[in-house]
Amino acid sequence: MFKKMWALLVLIGAASVSAHLQDLSFDRQKVFRVIPQNDEQVEILNFLANIMEVDFWQPDSVTLVRPKMQVDFRVEAEKSFDVEDLLKESGMEYQVLIDNLQAAMDAQFDSKVRTASHSYENYNNWDTIAAWTADIAAQNPDLVSRSVIGETYEGRPMYLLKMGKSGQNKKTIFMDCGFHAREWISPAFCQWFVKEAVETYGKDTVMTTLLDKLDFYVLPVVNIDGYVYTWTNDRMWRKTRSKNAGTTCRGTDPNRNFNAGWCTLGASKSPCASTYCGSAPESEKETKALADFIRENLSTIKAYLTIHSYSQLLLFPYSYTYKLPSNYQELNSIASAASKQLASLYNTKYTYGPGAETIYPAAGGSDDWAYDQGVKYSFTFELRDTGRYGFLLPESQIKPTCEETLLAVKYIANYVLEHLY
Amino acid sequence: DIDDVGHKYYLELELEDVLDKDRTVNCTAEVLYHLGSKSSAPDVQLTVQGELRSTEEADKEFYTRIRSLEKELVAENIPDSHGNVPPELEPIHLLAWAASGYLIWQNSTENTKFHLAQVKHVKQVKRSDEDLQFDYVVLLHEMVSQEVLPWEVTLLWHPQRGARVSQCQGPAPGDT
Repeated sequence: MFKKMWALLVLIGAASVSAHLQDLSFDRQKVFRVIPQNDEQVEILNFLANIMEVDFWQPDSVTLVRPKMQVDFRVEAEKSFDVEDLLKESGMEYQVLIDNLQAAMDAQFDSKVRTASHSYENYNNWDTIAAWTADIAAQNPDLVSRSVIGETYEGRPMYLLKMGKSGQNKKTIFMDCGFHAREWISPAFCQWFVKEAVETYGKDTVMTTLLDKLDFYVLPVVNIDGYVYTWTNDRMWRKTRSKNAGTTCRGTDPNRNFNAGWCTLGASKSPCASTYCGSAPESEKETKALADFIRENLSTIKAYLTIHSYSQLLLFPYSYTYKLPSNYQELNSIASAASKQLASLYNTKYTYGPGAETIYPAAGGSDDWAYDQGVKYSFTFELRDTGRYGFLLPESQIKPTCEETLLAVKYIANYVLEHLY
Repeated sequence: DIDDVGHKYYLELELEDVLDKDRTVNCTAEVLYHLGSKSSAPDVQLTVQGELRSTEEADKEFYTRIRSLEKELVAENIPDSHGNVPPELEPIHLLAWAASGYLIWQNSTENTKFHLAQVKHVKQVKRSDEDLQFDYVVLLHEMVSQEVLPWEVTLLWHPQRGARVSQCQGPAPGDT
């Protein structure tokens, strides 16, 4: 322990000589939240404050730090990796509250320049959603933190929200939206879920328990480039926007791009097709980022939910084969109960079952892939409606759709909590 | 399975009136998909058991309104990106459903599932006879291939004579 601290001192000492102490840019600066458990850990924080510039957000100064106290502090970009290493080594409970302070600030200051402000009952464009991710995390630091899991083909950051009361060794549920660009109700649901979580924590017993005992990873839009394209050029676009060799046809179907029976059925080898499986599994930056994240966090991820539209279906593995998963009975009863919950609100009828026979066989799906990675509870939602409006679901239906879907998601989350593995 | 002919399905259907959710009508249908049919629409026989509600007044209102327009009606993107349909265009939207129904029937196989995704464009064409004519470009979404493709279809409509498709054309080669 102390050897590391001395090594750190030498390293930082060398860097400090050239460091600019009055940095006007907060680019890539991190804000950490730690809970020192004992005097030894408090001493580590004192040590850090002595050897580098640490800006304490709470409490105001290191001298006020006591064991069991929640401590928030800002460090320079170059120091953040060493700080993180030190915290990891010390065994101190910590989390990255703000991953890039400059970005969070830009997002807030840009709110005046934003042409449209965020609404949970309207469809929001990407810039609005991106700014919202920063805002919602900044406004609810106890429950929400934002990070970036990768970049899209066109260079946009893929924001991920981690929801939950901070705690040790928490199991997690991963949920993503916006795989397919034209399915606008999908990102709307992820935003609604986050809103419900922060607004009903402490008021709704189920939500409170879920956020206390579990963490939720919410990826509001996977296929950001595609989503932007549906706002600027083609409302009916589905795929990513990557270039394909030898053709002007763009994009890969992200939900045919995972390594689960990849490109064997229900997918096309033609880059011009809507279900193009890509040049290889995880050929797309977006799917690779998602898969990498899940792989890295596999030990804690106990359920995977992916939100699509339309058709009003609740699906589980497999889609790449008609073979049934080993816990088929269990998944089927969860789906049955979740569908009942959903219908209880507005009588919206969902059909449920394994993907291949319920909708159509299709290989390369993220739900099948996650399941085969060991995530026992893996579900795909196809939200409203059944074809009357299809992808163009009226905004007036956002609220009821999200409300009923939330019931199903809470049911599944609760089930997972009661059957942790 | 009917040897050398194709596959026949016997269906019992419940039709729900989209404009009056509590109203349902039962039907039976026989659908025959021909063997190896690339260019042959399935044969359909339908029996409606009960009555469809009368729309005489609304039909008359719409007919009169369109006939009295000085300039031919032109519209795009119904519904719009956010799912909105201006009330005065709702009948145009419904006629597009009828026209799409014809297209879908003509192009269905046992491996397709079509829906009208959007009316991309509609232009009224004034006629010397009593029919209303609408030239549509509709986007049809096919569930299995996930393609959304434009189709051109001309629909004729008259309050008493009903709707008929007079012309249609599929997507041009190279359309994605």
